[in-house]
Amino acid sequence: MDAANPVVELKQITKRFSGIVANDSISLKLHKGEILALLGENGAGKSTLMNILFGLYQPDEGSIEIKGKPVSIDNPNKAIELGIGMVHQHFKLVQPFTVTENIILGMEPKKLGFHLDYKTATAKIKSLSDQYGLKVDPNSKVSEISVGMQQRVEILKTLYRGADILIFDEPTAVLTPQEITDLMSIMRRLVDEGKSIILITHKLKEIMHISDAVTIIRRGKVVDTLKTSETDPNTLAEKMVGRNVSFKIDKKAATPGESILEVRDLMLKNKEGVSVLDGLSLDVRAGEILGVAGVDGNGQSELIEALTGLRKVDSGSVTMKGMELANRTPRFVSEQGVSHIPEDRHKHGLVLDFSMSENMVLETYYKAPFNKGGFLNQQEIDKQAKKLIEAFDVRTPSIETKARSLSGGNQQKAIIAREIDKKPELLIAAQPTRGLDVGAIEFVQQQLISQRDQGKAVMLISFELDEIMNVADRIVVIYEGRIVGEVLPEQTNDQELGLMMSGSTSGGKQHE
Amino acid sequence: MDWITTIGQLINTTLVFSTALIFASMGGIFSERSGVVNIGLEGLMVFGAFAAAVGTYYAEGAGMGAASPYIGLLAAVVMGVIASLIHAVASITFKADQTISGIVINFLAAGSTLYLVRLLFNGEGETPLLQEVFRKTNISGLSDIPFIGEVFFHHYPTTYLAVILVFVSYYVLFKTTFGMRLRAVGEHPSAADTMGIKVSRMRYIGVMMSGALAALGGATIALTTTSMFAHNTISGQGFIAIAAMIFGKWNPIGALGAAVLFGLFQAMGSYFQLFDWASNIPQDFIYMLPYVLTILVLVAAVGRSSAPSALGEPYDPGKR
Amino acid sequence: MNKLLKIFTLDSLIIPVVAVIFGLIVGAVIMLAGGYDPILAYSSLFTSVFGDAYGFGETIREITPLIMTGLAVAFAFRAGLFNIGAEGQFLIGMTAASIIGIKITGLPALIHAPLAIIAGGLCGGLWAGIVGYLKAKRGVNEVIVSIMLNWTALYFSNYIVRTFLLQEGQQKSVDIQPTASISLQGLSMLMDNARMHMGTLLAVLAAVFFYVYMWKSKQGYELRAVGHNPNAAEYAGMNVKRNIVKAMFISGVFAGLGGAFQVLGVFHYQDIFTGSPGIGFDGIAVALIGMNHPFGTILGAALFGTLTSGSSGMSFGAGVPPEIIRIVIGSIIFFIAAQGIVRWVLKPLYLKRKKEKVL
Repeated sequence: MDAANPVVELKQITKRFSGIVANDSISLKLHKGEILALLGENGAGKSTLMNILFGLYQPDEGSIEIKGKPVSIDNPNKAIELGIGMVHQHFKLVQPFTVTENIILGMEPKKLGFHLDYKTATAKIKSLSDQYGLKVDPNSKVSEISVGMQQRVEILKTLYRGADILIFDEPTAVLTPQEITDLMSIMRRLVDEGKSIILITHKLKEIMHISDAVTIIRRGKVVDTLKTSETDPNTLAEKMVGRNVSFKIDKKAATPGESILEVRDLMLKNKEGVSVLDGLSLDVRAGEILGVAGVDGNGQSELIEALTGLRKVDSGSVTMKGMELANRTPRFVSEQGVSHIPEDRHKHGLVLDFSMSENMVLETYYKAPFNKGGFLNQQEIDKQAKKLIEAFDVRTPSIETKARSLSGGNQQKAIIAREIDKKPELLIAAQPTRGLDVGAIEFVQQQLISQRDQGKAVMLISFELDEIMNVADRIVVIYEGRIVGEVLPEQTNDQELGLMMSGSTSGGKQHE
Repeated sequence: MDWITTIGQLINTTLVFSTALIFASMGGIFSERSGVVNIGLEGLMVFGAFAAAVGTYYAEGAGMGAASPYIGLLAAVVMGVIASLIHAVASITFKADQTISGIVINFLAAGSTLYLVRLLFNGEGETPLLQEVFRKTNISGLSDIPFIGEVFFHHYPTTYLAVILVFVSYYVLFKTTFGMRLRAVGEHPSAADTMGIKVSRMRYIGVMMSGALAALGGATIALTTTSMFAHNTISGQGFIAIAAMIFGKWNPIGALGAAVLFGLFQAMGSYFQLFDWASNIPQDFIYMLPYVLTILVLVAAVGRSSAPSALGEPYDPGKR
Repeated sequence: MNKLLKIFTLDSLIIPVVAVIFGLIVGAVIMLAGGYDPILAYSSLFTSVFGDAYGFGETIREITPLIMTGLAVAFAFRAGLFNIGAEGQFLIGMTAASIIGIKITGLPALIHAPLAIIAGGLCGGLWAGIVGYLKAKRGVNEVIVSIMLNWTALYFSNYIVRTFLLQEGQQKSVDIQPTASISLQGLSMLMDNARMHMGTLLAVLAAVFFYVYMWKSKQGYELRAVGHNPNAAEYAGMNVKRNIVKAMFISGVFAGLGGAFQVLGVFHYQDIFTGSPGIGFDGIAVALIGMNHPFGTILGAALFGTLTSGSSGMSFGAGVPPEIIRIVIGSIIFFIAAQGIVRWVLKPLYLKRKKEKVL
C-alpha cells in the first residue's frame, strides 16, 4: 500500500440538508488495492458521503482529490469518467430488461449512430464476466435471476464503464450466507486485479473478515480510522454507537406455556402459479418468542399476510386457540387478539398523511369509545394518542403532527405502541428493527421480550441472523415456503443456520 | 349488395377510422413508455385537426394545390409539439399531477381552437370546407386484385403512413439506443439517471413525440373524412386511442391491433344502417357502441396489464 | 372551527388566488393578441354579472351545478379516486329527474319534487358506481372507463328523451309536471326573472354534509385512510374495495343531484344534446381550485360560475369570443396543477417579504 498517494481523498467534506448537518467536515483516504470499510449506524451520514463522491450531491464545503488531482464531481457521468463506480444497496436495475441491456444502458455500442449493436455488447459482457469470474448470463432477463446475480450485474455495470474505484453500499443486506461468501471472494479478486473498494456497512463481522482499514462515522463526523488488523469488533461497535454496547440482550429464560398459534400445511401459490408457501407448518406458544429465520423472498411476506388475513391461502389451516384464522379478514384476525408490526411501516403500518392521533386508532376507530354512533369521538382519540405517545416515548411535536414528518425510529415506536396496546395474545413482528439506529433497536427488542415475559406469544420474522439469535427463544428456518429446520439459539451457530437458510441441510426436528 | 363486397367495404372503413387511432396511440406509447401519462391525447388531436385544417386552408389560398394537405400535416406537427410542451413543462419540470396536466391540454384545446377559428373566420364556429384534402388512392397493380384490392389497397395516403409508422415505432422503441433509453426512463428513472441518462430530457422528447403523433392523428381526420375543422371533429378518439394503447400493452404492434378493433366498432356503426335487421336499433345505441365495447374490452383485458413501472410518477432526483 | 381554519393555511390560499390572477392575465394576453380590449372585456364580464339583479341571479344559477360537480370530484379525490366522469353522472341525474318529473303525475309537490331529486342522485350514484365496481373488482383504470361512460351517458340520455319524453317536432323533452319543479317563483320575480331554485340551498347543504361526513364520521375516516394509503387501510381491517365503490357512489350522487337541480329548477325540460354540456368537466377545475375541500369548492364554483355566466356579457360588450373563458379556466388549472411555477414566480416576493421582516 502506498500511503503517500491515495486514489481517493476526501477533505473536510460538509453537507447540510435544510439545517441538518449530514456530513460534518469528513476526511478519508482510500489507497490503491485497498478495501476501506465505512462503518456507521443508519443515518450516520455514510450514504450522503458516498453520494457526494458519486456526484449525486454537491458538498457545501470541502474538496475531493482523485489520484492526486483535485476534482469537482457534479454528476454521475463525471464520477464514471473518473473511474468511480457505485454498487447501490437498492439495485438500480430495469426489471424487464436483459442483463446486457442493463449494463450497456447509457454507453451502448451502436451502428449507424442509432442502431443498437446488441451482439457486440453481449460479447463484451461475456468476456468481462469471465475475467472476474462472475458467471453472469448476458441474455437473461433481470427479473428472472437471483438477487445475488443481480448484484453481480450491478458490479459489471461499473466494470463495463472502466471503474477502478468501487463503492459497495450495504452489499450483503439482501444476500444469503453463501452469496455473502461468494461476494467476499469477488471483492478480493477485484482488488487483486488492481481495483480499490469502499465498503459501506454496519456489520462488524464483514469488516473484520474482508477490509484492510476502517473509517468510523457517527452523527456526520469521523470518529476514527483504524487498520482492521489492529482492532476488534467491540472497539468498533463502541466507536460506532458512542457508548458501550453489549450484543447480548438481558433476558430471563423463557417459560413457554400452551400452544397459541398452530399453522398446518399452509399452501399458497402466487399470481404466476409458483408455490410461495409449500406445506408450511409451525407453532407459537404463549410466553415464547419464535424466531423465523430465512433469506428474503422465501415466503416470509406471504406467511405473514396469510396469518393476518391480508392474503387468501389455497389450503392448510391457521388456528389460534381452536379458532380458524385462515382466509378470514384482517379485522377478524385482529379481533381474535393478533397484533401485527408490519414489515414495511410506510406501506402498511401508517397512513403517512394522517395525524399521529388518527394513526393511533387505525385499527380501533370503529369501536367505542372512539366511535360514537357513527361519528368519531375526537376527544377520546386524542386522549388515546397522548397516552400511547407518552408511554412509549414517541418523539413528536404534537399529536396533530403528520406521521410523515417523524423519524423512522419514532414511527416504529408509534406502531409498536398501537399494536401492544391492543393487548394481543399473539404479536407478529416482521423486520421490526429494519433501518433503525442502535438505541431504537434495543428499545424494540426489549418490547418484544417484555411481551413474552407477560405470557404473550411472539413471532419474530427477521433476515438478520444476529437479531434472531439474540432475541428468539426458539428458531425455525424458512426456505422456499417451508420450514426446513428447528433449533434452539443456544445449541446452534451462524454457520448451521446459514446452511439451513440456503437449503443445503436441514436440522433439528422437522414438521413433516 | 352481396355480402363479400359489404365485408370488404366494412374492413376498408374500419381502416379509415383506425388511422387516427393508430397515430394517436403511437403518440401515447412514446409518452407513457417514458413514464408520462398522457390523457391529453384528445386535446392534442384537437390541436392537430385545427392546425391541419387552417394550414391547408391557407396553403390552398396561396395556390399550393395538391401540396396543401401536406402543409396541413406539417402545421399539425408543429402545433402538436408546442401544445405538448405545456404538458411537459407542467408534469416534468414542475412535477404536476400528470393526469390533471393532461386534462389542462384538453381544456385549452377545446377553448383556444374555437377562439382562433372565430378570430380567423369572422366569428364562424368552424373552418370553411377544404378543397384540397387527401383522397383515397389506388396502388397500381395491387388495387385491381378482387376483394384484397378494395380492402387493403384503396386508401387515403395517411392510412398507409399510419401502418408504416407502427413498424417504425416498433423499431425505434426496441432496436435503437434511443428507444432503450426511453423505456429505461419509464421503467426505472433513477437507474437511468445513475447511468448518466438525462431523465427529464428523455421524457420531454417522449411527450413531444406524443404531441406530434397525436396531432397528426387529429389532422388525418380533418384532412380526410370531415374536410374541415369544427368543435366536434374530434369526439373521443384521443381517449379511445389511450384505451388502444393500454389494450395493446404499450407495444406498437399490439396497439395497432387494438386500434383496428376499435376502428371496427366505429365502422360497424355506419354499416349497421345498411341492414334491414338493424333498422330497429335506435341511432343513439349505435353511437354508444364504440364506447361501450371499449369498456368491455378493457374489462376483459385487465389482469395482464404491463404498464411501465414508473408511469405517472414525477422523477425526483432527491429521492434516489 | 379552529381545525377548519387550519385547512386553509396561508400557502394553500395563496396558490389558488395567484393561479386565478395568472389565469386572468393569460386570458388578457390572448385577448390582446387577438386584437381585443381585455379591460373592456373583463369589465363587461363583471358588469353583466353584478350590474343587475337578473345577471346576479343567473350567475347563482350557473354556480349551483358547478358546486355539485365540484363536490363530486373533490369527494372522490379524498378517497384517492379521480372522478372524471361527473359529466356523465350529471347527465344521468338529469335524465332520471326528467323521467320522474314528466312521467309521474298526480303527486303533491311535497313528494313529487323530492322523489325526482332522489331519483337523480341515486341514478348518478349508480352510474358512478359502475366505475367504482370495475376499479375495485377488476382493477380497470377509472379514468378511461369514466370517459367512455360520459359518451355512453350522453347518447343514452338522448335515447331516453327521444324515445320516451320527446316534445313533438323539437329536439327536447316535454316539460316536467309543475309538481316536480323546485323553482322559487317569488325569488325569481325579485331577481328580474332570473331562474332561482331550491337547488342552490341544497348544494350548500351538500357541502356541509361532505365536510361532516368526511372529517367527523367513522365512514369518512375510512374513506380518507383508503385514499391516502389503501395498503394501510387494508392492514387496519378496512374493506378497501367496498370503500372504493362507496366513494364513487357518493361522488356520483353529488353529480347526479346537480343534474336533477338543473332540470327541476332551471329548464324544466331536457334537451337532446349534440355534445356534452361540460358542467362535469368544469367540476374538475372547481374542485382543484377549492383544494378538494367542500367549502373551497363553493368558492371555486362561485369563481367559475361568474366567469362562465359573464362570458356572454363579455362577448356582447367587447366582442371577444366566449371560448376565451375556457382558456382562462384551463390556465387556472394549469397553474394550480403546476404549483411550482407559481412558487417560482412568487419567490422574489417571498424573499423580499422576509427581508422586510428582518429590517
